[in-house]
Amino acid sequence: MTANSLRSPFRDSLLAFSGGPEADAKNKPHLIPVTRTNYLPERDADKAPILECIDLGITFGGLKAVDNFNIALGRTEIAGLIGPNGAGKTTIFNLLTKVYQPTHGTILLDGKDIATMSTAQVNRAGIARTFQNIRLFHNQTVLENVMIGLHNEMDYSMAGAILRLPGYWRAEKIARERAMEYLSIFNLEGHADDLAGSLPYGAQRRLEIARALATNPSLLLLDEPAAGMNPSETAELMENIVKIRDTFQIAILLIEHDMSLVMNICEGIAVLNFGRIICKGSPDDIRSDPKVIEAYLGRKGAEKI
Amino acid sequence: MNITKKSNKVRSDLLTYAGVMLAFIVLTLLKNNGVLNRSMTGLLVPICCYIVMAVSLNLTVGILGDLSLGHAGFMSVGAFTGIITAMSLADAIPSVALRLALAMVVGAFFAAIMGFLIGIPVLRLKGDYLAIVTLAFGEIIKELITCLIVGSDSNGLHIIFNVTGSKSANDLNLAEGGRIIIKGAQGATGTQTIATFTAGFILIMITLVIVQNLIRSRHGRAIMAVRDNRIAAESVGIPVTRYRMMAFVTSAALAGAAGALFGLNYSNLAAAKFDFNTSILVLVFVVLGGLGNIWGSILATVVLYVLPEALRSFANYRMLIYAIVLILVMLATNNPILKSAVANFRQRFQKNKEEVTEQ
Repeated sequence: MTANSLRSPFRDSLLAFSGGPEADAKNKPHLIPVTRTNYLPERDADKAPILECIDLGITFGGLKAVDNFNIALGRTEIAGLIGPNGAGKTTIFNLLTKVYQPTHGTILLDGKDIATMSTAQVNRAGIARTFQNIRLFHNQTVLENVMIGLHNEMDYSMAGAILRLPGYWRAEKIARERAMEYLSIFNLEGHADDLAGSLPYGAQRRLEIARALATNPSLLLLDEPAAGMNPSETAELMENIVKIRDTFQIAILLIEHDMSLVMNICEGIAVLNFGRIICKGSPDDIRSDPKVIEAYLGRKGAEKI
Repeated sequence: MNITKKSNKVRSDLLTYAGVMLAFIVLTLLKNNGVLNRSMTGLLVPICCYIVMAVSLNLTVGILGDLSLGHAGFMSVGAFTGIITAMSLADAIPSVALRLALAMVVGAFFAAIMGFLIGIPVLRLKGDYLAIVTLAFGEIIKELITCLIVGSDSNGLHIIFNVTGSKSANDLNLAEGGRIIIKGAQGATGTQTIATFTAGFILIMITLVIVQNLIRSRHGRAIMAVRDNRIAAESVGIPVTRYRMMAFVTSAALAGAAGALFGLNYSNLAAAKFDFNTSILVLVFVVLGGLGNIWGSILATVVLYVLPEALRSFANYRMLIYAIVLILVMLATNNPILKSAVANFRQRFQKNKEEVTEQ
């Protein structure tokens, strides 16, 4: 029952924005929050969502950067978060990874509240991310970057490292092999010993995803993964994102301005404007929603269409 | 290609060990054959201490990326706890080598504790603030040790904490045969000088093993990740504070061991020796040797420590020369012409080497 009461504000917020399909869903009792019912991929619909945000919000001074943000993600869903610049998309990622502390609301990761966790603990609990402005460890090699992602998988102690005990060699060898596997997903194995900072832009973005994946997440947050990529790189990235989901069976939430990528691979999309969700639904719903068109083109532009 | 690059790092580690060993052997031979004059022989142990200081400070400044200006404070803690250990156990442990080793271990232990205590407030800060607070702690440690009056007799250690300045060594009430170890502002007097060059060499080797093996482990990678990008390090699950503390305490412990060796090299040593200037001196070694560059620290220490002694008449201008050299190095490392020239040279050198290996 507590779960229901937690979700009630979620349901209310929906009424304001939801159109046809949600109105039907509202009448059917469901475990999964009503808003997303229609958009959770069918294969995930009978399982509890991996991520639930309930009335999430943060205020900077008097500015409500994110307000009343509700979302549920299926366990193997690829979902998109879109919206004009400054809508609060990256702020939401920073809230989910506890870089910012939410002013109000709840984040449930696999049913567990992450309110008291630090950024590092959230990662260990299962959320990994990439950054809009790439944040690699520039002075370390590509391989070492991924091995840092594997940090918590290795278990030798500081004494073991200094004395080079057998456990050190074993763990380092396994980690190196696994890091190479992650690199090979992104065609980076040839660059393993180059400095991360020396890679071309697109490769740096791919390396960031590889490093995030190495932390063995159940939810991967990608902040503009296709930014700065050319069309063929973007196409390859799209394939890779789907391949990652299929191989690792994880949920992926991505922020992206490249609509071809979003519309092609996202199963559910939330549109954000001024820190609020203005529309949620499948790609087809989003494309035709007047609120979305207005947010992107302005009222006059929307009227012309 | 991959293999050569990977082994390059291992090779540079091994070269550092080999270089230090070679230098030790050569210097020992020179010393035993009377080639080195007295003033040079006297420099050997301090050089060893400062090399350990520079390498350990490099762990904080170069590898962890936090500018610490209080490193001499940890050296001071190590020096005086080391002296107290060695002097109070003078009768209990006749073996000089064992006593020296024990003094260094105790010095490292207390410096590590001090590092941990200071680390709790300091590691909440970043950048300039951290530098200023470490500077303050370095000075605080110096002033606290200046207040210490310590003696030992058959009943054990007697310690007076002379804050008001009204007490003297006579207030220790030592029993017959007891000895005064530290006399407040005068510092340690009448210390048995048991430090040896061999001990210094062993300490350098231990320091190198600890620091280099740490850098090439998951812990070292985590520490460098924190340096390169703190937010990204947190986002991949690295507990940032724990690793900053690990580097900071390790660095302090090594400085403590160096301090113990340093303290036992002089019969008289005042706490004022470990002041801000000493911290800066070590920082200069680290910066000139290259941040994060271990053998660079060693080389810079040797050159900059020996140079003023060799050119004794210029010793007054030592700090002036440091300043000028520092500025020149900063200018040189940021000079695009020089940079590209070095890069060109390196490329050519590597090409030649590859051609040679291919043949």
